[in-house]
Amino acid sequence: MRKYGFIFSFLVVPVILYAIFVISPYLQAFYISLTNWRGISANPQFIGFENFTRLLGDDVFWAAVRHHAVLLVAMPLITIAIALFFSFLLNVGGGSKSGKMAGVRGSKFYRVVYFFPQVLAVAVVGVLFQAIYRPDNTGVLNGLLELVGLGPVGWLIDTNLALWSIMGVIIWQGVGFYVVLFSAGMAAIPSEVFEAAALDGAGRFRLFFSITLPLIWDTIQVGWVYLGIAAFDAFALVQVLSVDRGGPDNATTVLPLEIWRTAFTFSKFGYASAMGVALFFLTITFAALSLRVTRRERIEV
Amino acid sequence: MTNSAGSPKDITRRQMLRRIGLTALVAGPAGGMLAACATGGGSSEASPSAAPSAAATSAQNPFGVKADAALEVVIFKGGLGDGYAKDVHEPLYKKTFPNATIKHVATQQIAQTLQPRFASGDVPDFIANSGTDLMDNGALQSEGQLLDLTPLFDAPSIDDPSKKIKDTILAGTVESGLIAGKPFILNYVSSGYGLWFNTKLFQEKGWTPPKDFTEFKAVCEKIKAAGLTPYAYAGKNASYYQYWMILITAAKAEGNQVLLDIDNLVDGAWLKDSVKQSAAAWAEIGKFIDKSYEGLIHTEVQTRQNQNKVAFYPSGSWLENEQKSNTPAGFEYAVAPTPSLTPSDKLPYEAIRVAAGEPYIIPSKAKNTAGALEYARIMLSKEGAKGFTEKSGSLTVVKGAAEGLSLSPGIKSLNDAIGAAGDNIVTYSQFENWYKELETELRKQTNSLMFGRISADEFCSNMQKKADSVKADSSITKQNRTV
Repeated sequence: MRKYGFIFSFLVVPVILYAIFVISPYLQAFYISLTNWRGISANPQFIGFENFTRLLGDDVFWAAVRHHAVLLVAMPLITIAIALFFSFLLNVGGGSKSGKMAGVRGSKFYRVVYFFPQVLAVAVVGVLFQAIYRPDNTGVLNGLLELVGLGPVGWLIDTNLALWSIMGVIIWQGVGFYVVLFSAGMAAIPSEVFEAAALDGAGRFRLFFSITLPLIWDTIQVGWVYLGIAAFDAFALVQVLSVDRGGPDNATTVLPLEIWRTAFTFSKFGYASAMGVALFFLTITFAALSLRVTRRERIEV
Repeated sequence: MTNSAGSPKDITRRQMLRRIGLTALVAGPAGGMLAACATGGGSSEASPSAAPSAAATSAQNPFGVKADAALEVVIFKGGLGDGYAKDVHEPLYKKTFPNATIKHVATQQIAQTLQPRFASGDVPDFIANSGTDLMDNGALQSEGQLLDLTPLFDAPSIDDPSKKIKDTILAGTVESGLIAGKPFILNYVSSGYGLWFNTKLFQEKGWTPPKDFTEFKAVCEKIKAAGLTPYAYAGKNASYYQYWMILITAAKAEGNQVLLDIDNLVDGAWLKDSVKQSAAAWAEIGKFIDKSYEGLIHTEVQTRQNQNKVAFYPSGSWLENEQKSNTPAGFEYAVAPTPSLTPSDKLPYEAIRVAAGEPYIIPSKAKNTAGALEYARIMLSKEGAKGFTEKSGSLTVVKGAAEGLSLSPGIKSLNDAIGAAGDNIVTYSQFENWYKELETELRKQTNSLMFGRISADEFCSNMQKKADSVKADSSITKQNRTV
């Protein structure tokens, strides 16, 4: 009993804080999504599911959901692919040296460099890429293209390109973290395995696909879930980089941005909460699916 | 945003950080914290703080300000700065009430700063509700949060107590602040809108500002041949500069009624010929804009104009002051009226949009409403208005307050244009304040139109669709104006 008292006394404060600051706002948001509250006075009118039926016919909402779908598929795939490639080079790519697997020359230096973008605040990254993506020849990227005689590209003003340009920034910033994550996974693989394979004549390609990838599969799954959840955000970068906050023509808008705009620009807190509830269910669904997939993998292995 | 004369602004790093904070607030994920605000509001409404026992009213003190009552003034610090409040109006107030303490708050984010305070009932006394993130005045009024300013406009003027304040300010000022038929907003700054250009450059090259769209296209061709971008606006954050021009041209063709109809959500208002033809005419001018301008912010475009890379820039009278520190020698701002659509336009070419803008409000539940009214009365005195023009470079609605001030070339040219226009004034649009959703849609559609992704017909039907949906939305209080 004394043991439980001890544990209980440690848990009670965080649980109360969690209930007050996380659970209760969630519950209230569910209620507010059923009202037409405009965020100013405290007399919201109950309107049932009207906000949700309106969501179904809201083009901007669906544009945002579509963009999350694109982000959810493309962003983790590209990020993980790049991160795997880099971390393989950093850990195994150099081949066997005096009985130990080593990375390419200078791998310690690269590891630090890859991590730099992760350290920068999103705000800084956004401002930085404003200059990189600027659509005329004063932009860094377009300036480089001009040197090789290519015309300026409208990175953020081309409706087909804008979302991918922003995704590029997210990937650029995220890759370093996953390089470190996967490096840790690879470091945990016994080096004898690699050496044995190398002695049998396996090349780098074979080492990667037959040995490294299967043995760090769990780590990759963790990365996938992290990246999936990140795909539901993207607010700050879209806010800073996109034309007219989510444009051009809604080509880059995301749900958090629409929630923000609906609440603070349109003063429609009820409707914004309905979007928030929709986002909540999208996130929950994704998390549940990911966990399920992970579990099945475990059973199979 | 739009109405704010002055102030489309860059996103600074600090603002970004705040916004990211807000992501956590709003987005995380279920808008949960919004609810937290709601809880804050729950208890507070019952306790509107009683006004501090008012002092007796007198000719000098028509609102009965209690001499030692504290006053909190929140100023949007954008293109106009906040020096006019800190160095002119607040000291003037102090002179009358030496025992009063004044709390001065300057912010670029009115809504984020004040919305929670409105929800909890702890509001400041006087607010410059401006900038990209201003609060929705229509929503504030419909919730009973705004003080009716009728007593202010009926109060005796400081300069001439035999006159009421409303007789010392420009015609249309009181009307521009009406919500539901009552004046709840003091629009203090008198702004003129048109095409801005560099007189010196135009003289040197022999170009003249166009009077109609045929001339406009002709001069654009000439400018293009000389290697400049003939016309540009900043699509990334200032597309409203452009939709003003579309609306002004429509109003010149059909008269101000079209603007009233748009504001009043009259069925089919966006589908009228005047709007369609104006949109089509401007889309033609859009072909002279380099595509990259859609991705630039207003300061970047303004800078290019200062470097004589852009000939015409659509904007309002604050432009010159905003650019003061960047304008090179040999650059002299001047304004030309928006071109006419056809020879049969209702209003002549000289007609120009002049409107009272830059909204100031007093919360009805403020602790010192009498003090706030007196503060506004001081702003509307000649001394207060003159100080404002000196500090901010913008004209006020106070008649004759700029007399004796030496005006800058741009403001002088605007004054001349207003003189030439006489009674032919294009009025302001109120939907920008009343229905932010409609305004947001107009920004998107304007970029689409001007950068060639949609036709004028699509522009009109998309806008009409949005106007219809706003009209059908029961949670939005509908407004109406007749002047």
